[in-house]
Amino acid sequence: MYQWDFSFIWSYRWLFVNGTVVTLLFTFGIVVLGLAVGLFSGLLRLSRFAPLRWLSQAYVEVFRCTPVLVQLVWFYYALPILSGIEMSATTAGVLALSLYGGAFYSEIIRGGINSIEPGQTEAALALGMTPSQSMRRIVLPQALKRMVPPLMNQSIIQLKNTSLVSVLAVPDLLYQGQAVAHDSYRPLEIYTLVAVIYFVILFPLTLLVGRLERRLARAD
Amino acid sequence: MTAKIEVAALSKSFGDHQVLRSVNMSVGSGEVVALIGPSGSGKSTLLRCLNLLVTPDGGRVRVGGQSLDFGTSSRLPGTASLAKFRAGTGMVFQQFNLFPHKTVLGNVMEGPLTVRRMPRAEAETLARALLGKVGLAEKADQYPARLSGGQKQRVAIARALAMQPEIMLFDEATSALDPELVGEVLNVMRELAAEGMTMVIVTHEIAFAREVADRVVFLRDGVIVEDGPAKQVIDAPQQEATQAFLSHFHRQRDN
Repeated sequence: MYQWDFSFIWSYRWLFVNGTVVTLLFTFGIVVLGLAVGLFSGLLRLSRFAPLRWLSQAYVEVFRCTPVLVQLVWFYYALPILSGIEMSATTAGVLALSLYGGAFYSEIIRGGINSIEPGQTEAALALGMTPSQSMRRIVLPQALKRMVPPLMNQSIIQLKNTSLVSVLAVPDLLYQGQAVAHDSYRPLEIYTLVAVIYFVILFPLTLLVGRLERRLARAD
Repeated sequence: MTAKIEVAALSKSFGDHQVLRSVNMSVGSGEVVALIGPSGSGKSTLLRCLNLLVTPDGGRVRVGGQSLDFGTSSRLPGTASLAKFRAGTGMVFQQFNLFPHKTVLGNVMEGPLTVRRMPRAEAETLARALLGKVGLAEKADQYPARLSGGQKQRVAIARALAMQPEIMLFDEATSALDPELVGEVLNVMRELAAEGMTMVIVTHEIAFAREVADRVVFLRDGVIVEDGPAKQVIDAPQQEATQAFLSHFHRQRDN
């Protein structure tokens, strides 16, 4: 029977704190950038001009249909060779994960906008609004409300995906955990603690999403 | 009298289906015209061409001083000129299409605020006056979801009037309403007509058309079959198609 012993972990506490901070900052960065990319791509997908729709669809499919770990490695090792631009592991990680998340956000945003009845746009246009005024004032405010739960779900997945940047030696929570495991020879305790930290951050968020979804279901 | 609305050689197809076949129509200032006809006759499409929610394939649409041409030779008007054109025409929809995320007052203020760039206080005064006119002053702070169908449609009329349009278009404004709620909406429309608003009404309410409209236009298969004074077209239709369409209404009335 394995003898669990968590007592030694206290001496590594700052590594875990630093790792958690890096993970949270990383998540914040890729969620914000991903949402910006996703909104842009989602609106392109609804454009009147077919080439813009194709461009957006191509982007979404490329990032949806390749594994995110492959994308990370590709951005770090292959892109600098092709473009001649050296980038740090952090930059490559932010770029790859933002674009990966953006592809999913894009589909959520497109779906949310499409879920608003065409009569809303017609009524806005009939008042004399331009299509962009109608989108900003009438369609987006209603669509955003419906998008919030799926967007939050995707962001939770994004937080978990940040653990993949540890393969590029970005010092996130998982990377620090690996370092501590090598140092202490107690991988069981370390990786259990790492899992618990992720869970403690994410579980309240999933509860919040559930509450938002129920409130939205009541409002409709 | 110069016409307020003028439609010339208007045509529209959806795919292979030709919905409007070179329609000519004019509506005088202050005139109320009812468009009637079987479903699929093109009456709703014709109405939607008047504020360009449907873009005609060919022909000309003029409302007041604004005129737009459609056809192979001319480029399609841009979004800004379409918006400017529509700002002068009010439209009321079968399904109301109120903005559910805004209060009743917010719905009525939306056009003046966003399109006319009217100061908020002025827009609110205008909106409250119009809500009073349609008998819903006390509902200003409610959300549309809390209103009955008849109340929703009256708010929709106030919302369209807030743009101070030159003409009002009604697209089967009472078709989605429970029978007992139709009257309150027709009353508002009757008042508007009496005030001299130029109105084009697509309707199945033949009795209402007969009473309120100056003229009735009967469409079938994208063509105007009969066009004349309301009482004449409804009581003594000249064309066989019009007679057939109205026979159901007459049977009901005679019983």
